[in-house]
Parts: sequence; structure tokens; C-alpha cells
Amino acid sequence: MSQRRIRVMVAKPGLDGHDRGARVIARAFRDAGFEVVYTGLHQTPEEIVEAAIQEDVDMIGLSSLAGAHRFLFPRVMELLKERGVEDIVVCGGGIIPDDDIPKLKAMGVKEIFTPGTPLHKIVEWVKENVKPREA
Amino acid sequence: MSKAHKEIIQKVLEGDTRTVARLIRDIDDNIPGIRQVLKELYPYTGNAYVVGITGAPGVGKSTLVDQMILHLRKRGRTVGVLAVDPTSPFTGGAILGDRVRMQRHSMDKGVFIRSMATRGQFGGITQATRSAIDVLDATGKDYILVETVGVGQDEVDIVKTAHTTIVVVIPGMGDDIQAIKAGILEVGDIFVINKADREGADRTLMDLRMMLEMETDRTQRDDWKPPILKVQAVFDIGVSELLDTIEEHRQYLLRKYGDVKLRSNPARVKESLIQMLKDRLFESFLGKITKSGELDDTVLRISKGEIDPYSACDNLLKEHVV
Amino acid sequence: MAKVFNDSVFKDIDEAKRKWEAKLERIFQEAPERLKRFITVSDREINRIYTPLDVKELDYNRDLGFPGEYPYTRGVQPSMYRGRLWTMRMFAGLGTAKDTNRRFHLLVNAGQTGLSVAFDMPTLMGYDSDSPRSRGEIGRCGVAIDTVKDMEELFEGLPVDRLTTSMTINPPASVIWAMYIAAAENRGIPRKLLGGTIQNDMLKEFIAQKTFMLPPIPSVKLIIDTVEFGTKQVPKWNTISISGYHIREAGSTAVQELAFTLADGIAYTQAAIERGLDVDDFAPRFSFFFNSHIDFFEEIAKFRAARRMWAKIMRERFKAKNPRSWWLRFHTQTAGCSLTAQQPYNNIVRTTLEALAAVLGGTQSLHTNSLDEVLALPTEEAATIALRTQQIIAEESGVANTIDPLGGSYFVEALTNKMEEEAFEIIQKIDDMGGMLAAIEKHYPQQEIADSAYKYQLQLDSGERTLVGVNKYVMEEEIPVEILEIDEELERIQIEKLWRIKEERDQGKVKECLEKVGEACFKDENVMEHLIEAVKNYCTLQELCDVYRSVYGTYRDPGIF
Repeated sequence: MSQRRIRVMVAKPGLDGHDRGARVIARAFRDAGFEVVYTGLHQTPEEIVEAAIQEDVDMIGLSSLAGAHRFLFPRVMELLKERGVEDIVVCGGGIIPDDDIPKLKAMGVKEIFTPGTPLHKIVEWVKENVKPREA
Repeated sequence: MSKAHKEIIQKVLEGDTRTVARLIRDIDDNIPGIRQVLKELYPYTGNAYVVGITGAPGVGKSTLVDQMILHLRKRGRTVGVLAVDPTSPFTGGAILGDRVRMQRHSMDKGVFIRSMATRGQFGGITQATRSAIDVLDATGKDYILVETVGVGQDEVDIVKTAHTTIVVVIPGMGDDIQAIKAGILEVGDIFVINKADREGADRTLMDLRMMLEMETDRTQRDDWKPPILKVQAVFDIGVSELLDTIEEHRQYLLRKYGDVKLRSNPARVKESLIQMLKDRLFESFLGKITKSGELDDTVLRISKGEIDPYSACDNLLKEHVV
Repeated sequence: MAKVFNDSVFKDIDEAKRKWEAKLERIFQEAPERLKRFITVSDREINRIYTPLDVKELDYNRDLGFPGEYPYTRGVQPSMYRGRLWTMRMFAGLGTAKDTNRRFHLLVNAGQTGLSVAFDMPTLMGYDSDSPRSRGEIGRCGVAIDTVKDMEELFEGLPVDRLTTSMTINPPASVIWAMYIAAAENRGIPRKLLGGTIQNDMLKEFIAQKTFMLPPIPSVKLIIDTVEFGTKQVPKWNTISISGYHIREAGSTAVQELAFTLADGIAYTQAAIERGLDVDDFAPRFSFFFNSHIDFFEEIAKFRAARRMWAKIMRERFKAKNPRSWWLRFHTQTAGCSLTAQQPYNNIVRTTLEALAAVLGGTQSLHTNSLDEVLALPTEEAATIALRTQQIIAEESGVANTIDPLGGSYFVEALTNKMEEEAFEIIQKIDDMGGMLAAIEKHYPQQEIADSAYKYQLQLDSGERTLVGVNKYVMEEEIPVEILEIDEELERIQIEKLWRIKEERDQGKVKECLEKVGEACFKDENVMEHLIEAVKNYCTLQELCDVYRSVYGTYRDPGIF
């Protein structure tokens, strides 16, 4: 009777307003049975991390399409560390050149989904890699 | 009490965000042992003032809640918010998007916002929501705002959980209100016509007033006449007045019951206890017959026409209950 | 009356068609049709063949006419590309004003005939480079503009009295335009000689692109301020570029793009009339901006339907008398969302097809995407190839030899009719809701777009739709493509520059100017002159936008799925 549901956050850090992908993914996550907390646009890394803690999410998905991932994603990772919640899995998507991916992964971002990744692949990845906290 | 539990209680009373958030999650997921923690926390509850905000989708509940938070903070109050959204009956998932409209408060230490899904329970308010309210209460929040799904008859549930229930409508809903639900009229302590700058606001006001007057059931039970307020949440018009009205209702409850703790109202306590018993009994019963396979067997037998559902029910109950 | 087909021919054609279809049935018994459904990228089913039976009522003069004549289906200008080719206007912006200026010179030397400015996220959202919100975003998706000094550097050495400039800017459009005018006047160029466009279309921001700052009503107020000012003082300027591009990029279908864009146009027209302006004074300066997506014929039909629809709307609904008010002039950009990160060189082909559709659709100006734009801002090489694409179409392919070459095609005319019909239905729905502003409040267009986007993605994932290189003809080993790097240093350079300007300017004057703007907002007066004065005194973009914010409030994302 007590089986944890996966709670994920879909976040749009920075000033970028392109949210087509974020919304489509949020819907796909809902259709896959997850509870999806959507932060809305124009979030600072601080706001995202605070919300993630209040909502006790298992994963944060960051979406960036205006080139600011190099600053924003690492900043989120930094804050998660500061707040002692590094167990939250972070993944990202959007317009992120291949060359930037190893650097982001080295910082702790678990996966970057490039454009063209089918939704079901992303959902599968989440099911494989994101486990709700043990009781 | 185990050491771990002691720590959790301590942290909750201190208002540690992570602990509170995790506890609410555990309640939501019905983790074994959680009842013990809730028992320990219970003595610390009863101080918060709980306001329910309900209404159809699109009336602007989240925007209203966002402004209410702003004003409460200006008045020096701390606020806990539970925003409840529906779980998809087909997939079990949910998009919890109410937070979007309140995000500007996320960095305020005096505000805690939590999104919850109904998880298949009707009524918009689940036992989990009630327990979550208790947790936020224990952290010392002055006000707890509960924003519910508002899908019809289900709004009625909020009444058993909140001190003051606000029903939000928008102009032009006149015909809908008629068609809707005696439920809403019963339930609301305060009625808010949001987006009151829209055409038809006065008409809606008159319609509501008329319908409320006809609610003789209510006027016999209670001598609080639900005020109807015109508000424009997006422009922060009328919100301060709404909070004043909530305060008036609070004073009324104080006069009537002598104490504003929710639990001092026997009618509410009864409802809450019955709900809890219902949940617990049913959970345990369903668990038993599922585990033993009787549920599936019975379903099969009914579908094959071997037995009628009424007799099947009798049999199961005879076996396990009395 | 100029009915194209004589009723007498239909019977025979119909008979012949039935015989042919019977033959096909037999063929398809052996082997079925290639696909279950033959659909456009908008999920519209297309018939096997189109004949006069599909356009029985076609009347040449009523439905098509000649270019430059009502209903303009075949083109808005009488001579179209025979008189003058479309403007080749490549959207560009990166790093600092100096960096972008360099790119502008490169493109002009390579043959582009109009300028188009892309701004960075902070500028688009009304923040200065020294705002904490701008960290990591300065110069990354366009050029950083904080003060009129940046604007001057941006256009250094470029003849803005002879070249037209298009600026893709929305919430702070009034301020940026003020800076452009101020920069030109500082160079001695009078405002009445200035030609160009500011995008300045907030309704589509609420619907699709989501760069928003102020709530809808004050946003429209500021837009009408610019329209009013332009009508009186900058007559060669297009003060709004009513946009469908972003609506499409957000996932809408072609018909939705068409309908929502024209509905926005209707809303702006209404607002300007309510301000007291005469429709014939401002409508000639309304311009449009469409997407050119990958389904070739659907796009061509869309452009032609757009022209005919707007002409009808302007003449019949708004009773405009000046024929120029009936003209739908548009800029086109090839679809960014059609490009793939996999096998990026394929994007050159996609862009070519999309550009060709825009030309055959009669666009007035065109931007072609670069192959690497799915990965980063374009390199010089990639941007040059994109420009050459247009030049080859113009000079080598012959499609510009004749006006509206596809006019009369049974398919294209049938599709044009269908799209017009469906788009008018959507516009009627929006009218019933009380207009676009009301529809936006009810979240109608946002929800429609979200649904179309989701549907599209599901079809792609299921394989019902093919995207070459992504779900078919996939290559394990990708050919690497060089990506443009934005220098990290530029953040520091830009911020220091801004601080120096802030230090050296007349603080008293700045305060005065900001107050004047604030007052004009409160009194509901036109802000433009005050803005120009303010930017000449080095008020920054954010300082002016903050005045707006303090008066009008901030708009927040309502969260539609």
C-alpha cells in the first residue's frame, strides 16, 4: 500500500522563456505516473533549490535554450551542495553543445538530454536512475 | 520514542525545511511508522488558523493565495501553504503547477509552500493533507492556506478541515452556480468574486446573495452570514479586506466556541475521526482481501455470473468483519 | 465575375477520376499505400491528387486578382520580385556591440540588404548587464545593450539612413527604439529618415515566446504609444511586427499560427482605434512576421491565405480606405524548431526548402537559419552559407522570374482556401471570447499550442513522423561541427563599461528624466519623447524598465500545460 511515487521538478533557470520542451516533458512525466512540480519561468538557482527542498523532489530537470547553462547549471549544483541535498539527481536539456556536456557531468549533472531525444527514452532514464528516497 | 523520531520532532518544531518536507512526503507515501511521529507531534498542533480556498479551475485561486501570502507577511504572520492538484486517474501522475504563481515567496523564510496531489482520493482533501496541515501547524505557522482542486461536490470536504472556507467564483458563472452545487453554498464561510472588473460581477453578486438567502438549512444551523467580496487578485484589490473578513470570522468562531482550536468543535472532530476510521478500516480490509486473493477471485466470480455483487459483498464482510 | 472553371467540365473530370481511383484500389490490394496517413507537419491530411473538382468555385478576380490589388493573394506589391527582390535580412547579435557590429559589416559585405538585431536575454527582459539576474547570460544569445552608447557602437560605420534595421525586442521595445532614434540623431540623422521595424508584439509573448515583463494591458498601452509616435514622427518605421514565428516555434500548427497572428493584429488595430488614431494612419505601418516550416506547400498556402485574410479584415471589418492599410507585408524566418542537432549539415537542406517556400509565398524579407543554430549562435561560415542560400534562390533558380508561380495550382489554391476557412473559424472563436486579450486570460491560445506541441512530440516518438537523422537514417558517429564560443571575458568588459558610464553621467539629469517618464506613465501619456530625452542622458535600459515595473507591476507565468 505504501509505495513511493517519484517526485520530479521541471525548472527553467535564468531569463530564457523558451518553455516548449519543458512543458512537453512535464506532460510526459505526468503520463508516466510521476508527480511533477513545475517552477515556472525566470527562476534563479536559489529559488529552484529552495523549492526543490520544500517539495522533497527526487530529481531536478533543468531546461536551458539561451546559452546560459554554463553559469546556471553549475550554480544549481553548488547550491545543492551548500544546502546538503546533493542526493537530488540533476539532469538537463535544451541547447547545450556536446563539448559542454563532460564539464557539466564532472560537476555532478547526471545526464544531459540533447534535442531529438524521444520522450520515452527520458522517462525510462528517470525510472532507471531516479529512486525515491528510502523510508 | 526512538532517537530518530525524537530528532525529527525536534527539527520539525524548529521549522527545518528539509525535515518538514521529508515528513510530509512520508505522510503522503504512507510510510510505516509515520503514525507514531504524528502522535508525538499532535500536542504541538492546534495553534495555526487554517483557511481553505476552493473553487473551479481558472477562477484565480493561486493568484489569490499568492496575494494573501503577501498581505499576511506584511501583517507579520508566518504562512504555510498546501496546494492540492488532481492526480490523473489514468496515469497516476500529476502536474503540480500552483507553485508557479507563488514562487516569489519561495525565498521568504516565513513561508513554506508545498504542492500535493490528490492521489486518486476524491474530495480534494485527503488524510495526508490533514496530517500535512498538522505538521505545518507544529512548525509554528500562524496561518495555513489550503488551496484545493475545486471539482464540484468534492469541495465540500474542505469544510471539515479548515476554520474558514473561502469559495472563489468569477463573474459570468451565474448559470454555473445554479447548476452547480448546493454543496458550495453550504460550504463557504466567505465568498469571493474574483476578476471583479469583468462584466457581470454585480449580477453574480446578486445571484449569489439570493441563493445564499435561500439556503435555509444553513441559516438554521449557523448564525454567520457569509459575506460576498469583490476582489481583483491580480491587481491586489480587495485582498486586504478579505483578510479582515477572515479575521471577523475568526472572532465569530471564538465567541461561539470559546476557543479557536479546530479540535474544540465537536462536529468537526467527529467528521475528521470518522474519515480517519473510514480510511484505516478500509485500508486494512482491502489489504487483507487483496493479499489473500479473495478480491480477485470474487471479481472473477461476479464477471462469470456465478454470484451477484450483493451476495459477494455480504460474503466478504461476513468472513472478515462481523 | 471570372470563374475559372466552366461548370460543364466537372462531370467528365469526376468520371475520369473515379476510374482512376478504381484502378488505384486494385493496385493497393497488392501493396498498400506507402504510409497510413499522408500528413503535413501540422498533422493535416493531404489528398492523393488535386483537380479542378477541389476548386470548383475559384474566381480569378475575386479570389486571386493581380499582385498589388485586392485581395492580394498573389502578392502585395504590383511588381513583386520583378521590381525588387525580397530583403535579405539576417538576424544577428552576439557578445558586445562591437562584436555584433563586426558581424553586421561581414554580412553587409557578403550582400545582405537589411540589418536585423538579436539582443541578449538580459536586454530582452529589461535588465542591465550589471544586474545579478544577468550573470551567465550577457551576450550569450544576442547583443548586450545597456545604454545609448552601446547602440552607437552597434551601428558604427553603417548607413542607417539607407539601410533599414529590424530589431527583435518586445517588452523594452519603446526604450530600445528610443535609443536607436537617439543614436541616429546623435549622428545627425533626422528621425523622419529612419526606416525599420521593432518587433514590439507583446500578445505573442504571452501566448508563446514568454519574454514578458509587464501585464497585458500596460504592455498594449506602451505598444500603442510607439504606434502613435511612429505615425506622427517616424513615418517610415514599422512599429509592430505582428508575429506568428514564435507561436509556431512553441508548437502550434500552421493554421493556429495564421489565426493567432491575425487575431493579434485585430487586437492591436482595435487598441489603436480606441486610442483615437485613424486606421488608415497606422495600419499601413503594421508589418507581420511568419515562420517558414518544413512542409513546403502548407507554408506557401499559409502565406497566400494570410494576405487574402488580412485584406478582407482591414477592408471589411475595420473599413480602412487606404489600400496600403489592406497590405499584409511580412518578414519570414525559416523554422528553428525544424532543425536537428544530429547531422547538422542536413539543416542547410531544410533551410533551403523553407526559404524557397517563403519566396514562393511572396515574402518581403527573409532570414535563413544557419546549420549550427541548434547548437549555439552561428559562426561566420554558417551564417554566410545561410545568406548564400537566399542569393542562389534569387539569382540562379529562376523562381523569381515570375510572380506567384504556383498560382492556379489545384493543390495550392485548394489548400489556401482551406487554411483561410479554418483560420477564420479560430478567429471567430476568439472574437466570441471577447478578443485576443480575453482569450489569453482564459489561456485559450496557450492551451491549444501546448496540445499541438505534445501531439507532435508523441507522433515523433512513435515513429509516425520521420525526422531524418533523428529517428531514421541515424548515424552512430556524428561529423563534428565547429561551434561559436562567446568569450567569458565580455561579461566583465560590458559591466565595467556600464559602471564607467554611470559614474560619468549627469546624475541630476538622470533622476529628472526617470521621474518624467514615471509621471507620463501615471498620467497615461505617450512616453516616447521622454524616453528619447532620457536615453540621451544615459539612463540605462533597466532604469527605465524599472520605472515601468514600479508603475505597472510585473507579469508572472501562469503555468499552462
